Amino acid sequence: MKKLLFVMGALFLVSACTERQQVIDQASEKRYQGKRDTQPWDNDPLAYAKAAPNSFAAPSWNKGDRASWETQIKARNERQNENKRIGD
Amino acid sequence: MARMKFLCDAERCIECNGCVTACKQENEVPWGVNRRRVVTINDGVVGAEKSISVACMHCSDAPCMAVCPVDCFYRTEDGVVLHDKDLCIGCGYCFYACPFGAPQFPQAGAFGLRGKMDKCTFCAGGPEPDRSEAEFQKYGRNRLAEGKLPACAEMCSTKALLGGDGDVIADIYRDRVLRRGKGSEVWGWGTAYGPGKPGAAPAQPRKS
Repeated sequence: MKKLLFVMGALFLVSACTERQQVIDQASEKRYQGKRDTQPWDNDPLAYAKAAPNSFAAPSWNKGDRASWETQIKARNERQNENKRIGD
Repeated sequence: MARMKFLCDAERCIECNGCVTACKQENEVPWGVNRRRVVTINDGVVGAEKSISVACMHCSDAPCMAVCPVDCFYRTEDGVVLHDKDLCIGCGYCFYACPFGAPQFPQAGAFGLRGKMDKCTFCAGGPEPDRSEAEFQKYGRNRLAEGKLPACAEMCSTKALLGGDGDVIADIYRDRVLRRGKGSEVWGWGTAYGPGKPGAAPAQPRKS
């Protein structure tokens, strides 16, 4: 009986030595404890881009429409390609 | 679906630090904190000198996110790794975990006391109302919510630093490499986005 109690006590003490898993896994993302962020496409385009679409501010997007926002971002991304921007 | 990434072309970077300055100016980053910096190897050696612009690469499986004891990191649906400064305790674990040295800590007083972690946000702000004063004060400008791309990449004079949708910038870089016939190494992509295979679909962001 004494032995059993000793073993149980030892197991109880050792159980405190466990630690949180620290490998990179998908669960780490689910643990986020902070405030929720909003999505960039849930905003109105800037006034100047809306008012006068041109080569510097076009094409604009519709608030809440992710696809149109991505189209805008990709179009803007292409301006980093001087082969297209300036031409051959 | 857009998946935001940075790509630095070591054949083009001229170590002008324009990206560093653009970042500092756009986000009003405090003194002593550098969200982006330019690293040069073989400095002064003719023909062997290479420079790259380094900041948070917004990894697919971000190590900072895995080690954070207060779980203040999250990934947006377009693949940007951000954090909540209201939760951060400035422990510095993320700094040790990050392969790019991205997390920065402002000196918040004497005796090396650290403030809350600050890092590149891909000009996507943080968990405060978009384009608000609170967001700007804590995280800097939210250019993505304005339909723009990170200031560092858009300001780069030689277009060495590309930032934006991974598919688009990979296409731009591929076209560039084919034209010049050299310099196909993409620094940091293996570490940040996994080894993958050429032409394979990029990792899909996970919804929170």
